[in-house]
Amino acid sequence: MTQVERIIEVENLVKKFGDFVANDHLTFHVNKGEIFGFLGANGAGKTTAIKILTGLSHPTSGKVTVAGIDVSHYPEKVKKRIGYMSQAFSMYNDMTVKENFRFYGGVYGLSAKVIRERTDYYLKKLNMESYKDMLLKNIPLGWKQKLAFSVANLHEPDIVFLDEPTGGVDPITRRQFWELIYEASNKGTTVFVTTHYMDEAEYCNRICIMSEGEIKAMDTPAAMKKSYGAQNMNEVFLKIARNVEG
Amino acid sequence: MSIGIQIENIRKSYSDVEALKDISLEVKPNELFGFIGPDGAGKTTLFRILTSLILPDSGKAHVGDFDVLKDYKKIRQITGYMPGRFSLYFDLTVEENLRFYAKLFNTSLEENYDLIEDVYKQIEPFKKRRAGALSGGMKQKLALSCALIHRPQLLILDEPTTGVDAVSRKEFWDLLKKMQQKGITILVSTPYMDEAAICDRVALMQTGSILTIDSPENIVEHFQWKILSVKSNQMYPLLKDLGEIEGAEQVYRFGESIHLFTQNDTGRMKENILTSLSGKGYQNLDVEVQKPVIEDCFLALMDKSEEA
Repeated sequence: MTQVERIIEVENLVKKFGDFVANDHLTFHVNKGEIFGFLGANGAGKTTAIKILTGLSHPTSGKVTVAGIDVSHYPEKVKKRIGYMSQAFSMYNDMTVKENFRFYGGVYGLSAKVIRERTDYYLKKLNMESYKDMLLKNIPLGWKQKLAFSVANLHEPDIVFLDEPTGGVDPITRRQFWELIYEASNKGTTVFVTTHYMDEAEYCNRICIMSEGEIKAMDTPAAMKKSYGAQNMNEVFLKIARNVEG
Repeated sequence: MSIGIQIENIRKSYSDVEALKDISLEVKPNELFGFIGPDGAGKTTLFRILTSLILPDSGKAHVGDFDVLKDYKKIRQITGYMPGRFSLYFDLTVEENLRFYAKLFNTSLEENYDLIEDVYKQIEPFKKRRAGALSGGMKQKLALSCALIHRPQLLILDEPTTGVDAVSRKEFWDLLKKMQQKGITILVSTPYMDEAAICDRVALMQTGSILTIDSPENIVEHFQWKILSVKSNQMYPLLKDLGEIEGAEQVYRFGESIHLFTQNDTGRMKENILTSLSGKGYQNLDVEVQKPVIEDCFLALMDKSEEA
């Protein structure tokens, strides 16, 4: 059997803010093409870890390799290989759909021709061709999120990081969004996703649950439910993630 | 005395967007009433009209005996409002925020401590911390304390649990139940379908219209189809295959399984499914009859409203 390729490797990652330990010796890996769910209570340290993985923040200690690149030494190199859809909506409301695609394509150094082709491809796929000249602010949230996902994939990254992509989105659009995730994953893109919807945790290949800056559990959803004797992921989550505020 | 709410034929548009399309409903005194719906449903617009922050284009609304247009000053005195966006002062401490809001309403923290105690004692250890430095769940508890500090008869909470994790969400709802026991009428909106079950009654909303209003139990009871829950080792192709089976009205991913809506006899449908899928390489195929939950009802109603 061939060895599964590890696209993210994290060893003993520590991040401190003064005395506060936000990430306490995290060790985990993500396989190529996997949908990896990164769960935890508010304040568990998820966003801190994502910022380090995406080269936006520097670890206090530990080794983080993303797409074969050492992130703490070459954060700019990593950024070219990843796509990132942040929790706060990251496209421009006062630009049209097409202009947003052109802008982000330009940021990643794609040629005008490639940007045009990929914009057409994604708008067709999302059934949104007639919206390309509409200002983003006039588009409903669920659709914006699907556009943001497409933009994050525009430069064909090895990994996309999605930070709560479906918060506040209607139940049908939420499911359509996950169709997009599955499609990307089938093409070999690795998906690293956070969510507060526990039904969505079931859609991941593997899940990691964080609490108080530490990884408390990591496994497939099925194995996790079995080992915690739980009916669903919501029960597992409530058992693991104690409230740790303060 | 608890107060109720009457809403009659309320309409509101923003330029060319119809945010509320002829909404009428009644909230009973001391009810815990939920508005369930995604972004763009019109929940925030309705709340802003009830709190007298914006005016409806047409229609009437009463909070108790007070008219939202004529008696807005009285309504503001008896209403506690927690907007969707955290709107307290980031550079004031927890305690300073609370004292500030108490003073606005001519009262004090001490005077109404008994009412907010259940909420406030959870953040009291951090009362010297600036509000901007609080975590998401703690900010929500502070905002709830501030909304309660003038002893309102009506509490209106706009998506208090959006972006809040499953543990803190549960705690927050426990707190709302306690506030209801103190006689307060509560209106709360949420995009989380599972939270509907905790309300006395809910309105399911979508793009400015109410799809249905009832108790969560009745909504589930009146679900028009039967549901089969299907699992296998390969979920992605299964969704497409199930959708093509005759008698499958709708199919949706639902956590670890797929829900198939049908009007056929469930026994016959189960056989149908197993026959259609045989030879397609599925392993550990499991088909079970499933009781509907609110999200099933919402998905079915949403689909219907899009067809109409």
